Amino acid sequence: MNNATESKKLLRASAQAPQIERRLFLKQGLSLGALTLLTGCDVTDTSAVQSVLDGISRWNDRTQAAIFKLDRLMPTYPESQAVKDFRYNAYFGQNQIPKIDGDSYKLNLSGLVDSRKPWTLQELYALPQESQVTRHVCVEGWSMIGKWTGVPFRTFLERIGADLTAKYVGFECADGYYSSIDMASALHPQTLLTFKISDEILAPRYGYPLKLRIATKLGFKNPKWITAMYVTNRFPGGFWEDRGYNWFAGV
Amino acid sequence: MTDVTAGHFHHVSKVIVHPLTVRITHWLNALAMIIMIMSGWRIYNSDPILPFSFPVEVTLGGSYEGSVDIHNEDGLAGALQWHFAGMWLLAINGIVYLAYGILSGHFRRALFPVGPKAVLRDALAALQFRLPHRLGSYNAVQKTLYLGVLAAGVIMVLSGLAIWKPGQFQELAWLFGGFDAARVVHFLGMAAIVLFLIVHIALVLIVPKTLPPMITGRAPADESTSGR
Repeated sequence: MNNATESKKLLRASAQAPQIERRLFLKQGLSLGALTLLTGCDVTDTSAVQSVLDGISRWNDRTQAAIFKLDRLMPTYPESQAVKDFRYNAYFGQNQIPKIDGDSYKLNLSGLVDSRKPWTLQELYALPQESQVTRHVCVEGWSMIGKWTGVPFRTFLERIGADLTAKYVGFECADGYYSSIDMASALHPQTLLTFKISDEILAPRYGYPLKLRIATKLGFKNPKWITAMYVTNRFPGGFWEDRGYNWFAGV
Repeated sequence: MTDVTAGHFHHVSKVIVHPLTVRITHWLNALAMIIMIMSGWRIYNSDPILPFSFPVEVTLGGSYEGSVDIHNEDGLAGALQWHFAGMWLLAINGIVYLAYGILSGHFRRALFPVGPKAVLRDALAALQFRLPHRLGSYNAVQKTLYLGVLAAGVIMVLSGLAIWKPGQFQELAWLFGGFDAARVVHFLGMAAIVLFLIVHIALVLIVPKTLPPMITGRAPADESTSGR
């Protein structure tokens, strides 16, 4: 896959001729039909199949949470292996990248936290920072080693007085993206509220000014252009997660 | 066994050539294979490691065009759901089969001994179409193929775990030479299993009498060499 993938997808989404769609849909229906015959399900009852698959995905969330260990560190690499020109990846083309003014930017907080005072970028930059060189693994199969720098997420959660016994931390982003993670993964030492990639302040295409780098999860659990954050016990879901990707998505 | 040459009224007695556990796990595994291979091809398509993709018609993961329209993605989500559901069927069924095969002595009786000499002899005979097929008893070529596909299955589960969790199971990923190498191994394992399936199904088509015993477990005694 190359960098043109997302624009390719956008083109495909908008430019398909209806009759071609119908033909492929029918073909796909046939192969799915063949399988549902084998499983003994009604061919037309694809929603029943889908609910079983969703149920197993929830079970897989629980399985992954059960084997997750706070002190199990993801592999790290020498800095020389970190890719400088990191791949751009989003569900839209580079012409739609949110442009955020750092001077007026504020990170909004809500939910189960003591202090909901919004944070300016200068306040965030003043927090203790560390770097990691880890592998970003995409759900599609590709992966890339990068260097990220930011404040350990646990430190930030402690500063804002977050309820660390709550179940989830949710994120909202300037591009309309949203995601959420379990509290255990949020507290993992390799989860950073990230300001920099390759020792440079995040370029707009990498999520300026704020990105979550969470080495224990797949790429789509690393939201960019974060504008709001909340702590909750109510399952928040996510952009891709609500479209069928596994929610826990641990690596 | 009734003497079929005697010319008297006689019956053909039947013997068990495939134990019930083998038959059940065989067909559950067939289902798991279809799910894993077809959904795996769709997942492969989202980031091909070789310069080709699988035709979407032979992949599994829900409506392809529907996914593009609704989700702006290739139907990867559905394929992943199938794959990570199918893995439980494959793994649990595989464990039951392996445990049965080892504990009951099925493997020892059916798949061993197998030596290079016998493999060479039977392979040459097979190529000359002089290798007889006896139900319930495997020749050296069959033994090799079955042991090979069992090994491929084990490698697929292990390399699959290494790709699914290259961090959590990082030692396993390391054993395969890292995340990217594990993906290659997972692909090659798939290719080996698909090749096996082509040979396996072709042989059933050539010798159709091998199919009913895998369903009923029974074969006419005069066509089998075991169970008496």
